[in-house]
Amino acid sequence: MAFIPHTEEDIAQMLAEIGVDDIEDLFSEIPAGLKAAALEGVPAAVPEMAITRTMRQLAARDGSPLSFLGGGAYEHHIPAAVWEVTTRGEFYSAYTPYQAEASQGTLQLIYEFQSMITALTALDVSNASLYDGASALAEASLMAIRANRKSKSATVLVPRSVNPRYLRVAESIAGNQGVTFAPIDFDPETGTTPLSALASWADKDVTALVVPQPNFFGRYEDVDGLTDWAHAHGALAIGLVNPTSLALLKPPGEWGGQGADIACGEGQPLGVPLSSGGPYLGFMACKKAFVRQMPGRIVGRTVDLDGKSGFTLTLQAREQHIRRSKATSNICTNQGLVMTAATIYMSLLGASGLARVAAASCSNTSALVDALSALDGVESVFSGAGFHEAVLRLDRPVQPVLDALAQRDILGGIDLGPEFPELGHCMLICATETKTDEDIRHYARALADILQQAQVA
Amino acid sequence: MSELPGDLKYTKDHEWARVEDDGTVKIGITDHAQTALGDLVYIEPPEIGSTVAAGDSCAVVESVKAASDVYSPIGGEITAANELLADAPETVNQDPYGDGWLFAVRPDDNAELDALMDADAYQALLDEEG
Repeated sequence: MAFIPHTEEDIAQMLAEIGVDDIEDLFSEIPAGLKAAALEGVPAAVPEMAITRTMRQLAARDGSPLSFLGGGAYEHHIPAAVWEVTTRGEFYSAYTPYQAEASQGTLQLIYEFQSMITALTALDVSNASLYDGASALAEASLMAIRANRKSKSATVLVPRSVNPRYLRVAESIAGNQGVTFAPIDFDPETGTTPLSALASWADKDVTALVVPQPNFFGRYEDVDGLTDWAHAHGALAIGLVNPTSLALLKPPGEWGGQGADIACGEGQPLGVPLSSGGPYLGFMACKKAFVRQMPGRIVGRTVDLDGKSGFTLTLQAREQHIRRSKATSNICTNQGLVMTAATIYMSLLGASGLARVAAASCSNTSALVDALSALDGVESVFSGAGFHEAVLRLDRPVQPVLDALAQRDILGGIDLGPEFPELGHCMLICATETKTDEDIRHYARALADILQQAQVA
Repeated sequence: MSELPGDLKYTKDHEWARVEDDGTVKIGITDHAQTALGDLVYIEPPEIGSTVAAGDSCAVVESVKAASDVYSPIGGEITAANELLADAPETVNQDPYGDGWLFAVRPDDNAELDALMDADAYQALLDEEG
C-alpha cells in the first residue's frame, strides 16, 4: 500500500475546491499574538551539497574508536542484511499504519517479533514494542500497579544494581502518578542484591520488585530468590533483562516457583547500531493473566470469514482511542522500524546464533577482566559470575585515565563514581563479540602505559 | 425491548441492583446496556473485601468494541464477584438479570437503595433516550 503525500498540484486543487487562496488562511482564526514569531535560532536554508559536507565533517569528529562501553547500549555485529531489508519501502515506517489490517505484512512482522520475545522471556504475551528500555521499565511499573490490586501503596522496589538512568526515566514518567520507587542496596562484595537487603520491607505493602538480570554491573542476581521473595510478600516480580543474555540464561518466565510476572528491557542489542542514545526500542512481555493491563499495541493471529489466516490488532479496548483517560498508557504506536530490524536480526541469527553472540561476549569480557586486572593498580571489584560487563577499580581517579585512553582512540569504560559514591575509582567495562584478542591486548597495553606514565609524572 | 424485572432497582448508568435474602445487594448491567455494548469478552471483577462509595467505579465490562466502567450504585463492602464470568463473560449478554450478575455489595446505608429508580422510572429513562 502506497502512502503518497500531497503534491503542490493536489494542494492547489483542494484550496480551489473550498475557495481559499492560501493554506495560512485556514488558520486565520488564531489570534496573531498566539502565533510563534520567526524562529530566530534556526539558520537559513543551505543547499544539500553544503549541508551534506557539514554533516560529514560533524560525523567524522566521532572517529571510529575502539569501544569497551556498555552500560545499557552495546556494540554488536549487525549482519548487512538487517538494515538492507529493514529500509525496504514496504517496511520503512516508524508507525503501525492506520487501517492496520490493510497492512498484513507489517502486522505479521510485529506478530513474529512478539513471538520471538515471548520465546526469549518464556512468558505468554508480548506487545509490539515500546520506546526504549528505560521507558519500558516505567511502563512495567505502572502496569504492575494496575495488575496488583491487593497492594495499595504503589511502591516499586528498585535495586541500586539497576541502571541508574533507567530509574531517573521511570521517576520522570511515573513519579507524578503517585508511584514510589524505593532503592534496595547491593552487596559490596558481589555487586548483587541480597535477600537480606529486602528485610526491612518484609512487613510493608510492596507492589512490585524489579529484578535486573544481568544487573548494571554485569553480575547475575539471585533471580529465583528475588522472584520468590516478591511473590511471598504479595508483590509482582518485574524482570529487567538483556535480550542477548536470554539466549543462555534462565528466562524470566521460569524464575523461582511461579516465574516473573512481567519482563521488560532494551532491545538495542538486537541489530540496532549505537546512535547517540537512540532511537532504540523497549520490549515487554507478561503472563496471560495480566494481558489486559499491558500497555502498547498487540497483534493477534486469526482467521477471516473464509477461514484464511490473517493478522489483526487485538485487545484494543485497553488502548487510549477506546478507553480514553483510563487506557493502559498513552502509547498508541510502537517503535516500528527499529522493531523491524530487531526481528530480522533475530531471524538471521536464530536461537543458536544469538547464543553464540552471548557466549562470545561473555568470554571476551572475562578475557578483558583477566588482562586488565593483571596490571598493577587495577583490580576486579565483584566476586562471582557475570555476563558481558564487569567493574574494575583503579588505584586513582578514573576519569583522567579514561580521557588518556580516549586520546589513544580507546573508549575504556564508564566512570561509576558520579552515580555510585561507594564505587569511587571504579569503572564499568564491556567486551562484546566484536572485540578480538588483539583489541583486548591493545587496551591492556595502553592502560599499562598510561598508569605507568602518570606514576612517573 | 424486553420486560424489565419489577423487583429490581435501576440507575441512570444502566445498572441494576437486587436485595438478596442475606442483606447483600447484587449488581449487574441491564439488558439495554448489554445490547449496546455488544458481545462481552472480559469482565474485570472488583476486589472482594474492598470498600466503595456510591458512584465509585469498581469493575470493567469489555466488549469487542468498548470497555466501560461499572459503578457501584451504593456504598458498602464488596462481598462477592461472579466467578462464572471469568470463563464465560457472554453470560452477561445471555442472562443480564440472572446468572450474569457482576458483584455483590453489603450496603452501609439502605437509604441509598431507595434513591435508585424503579422499573417504571427506568423504562421512562429508556424511552426518553430513545
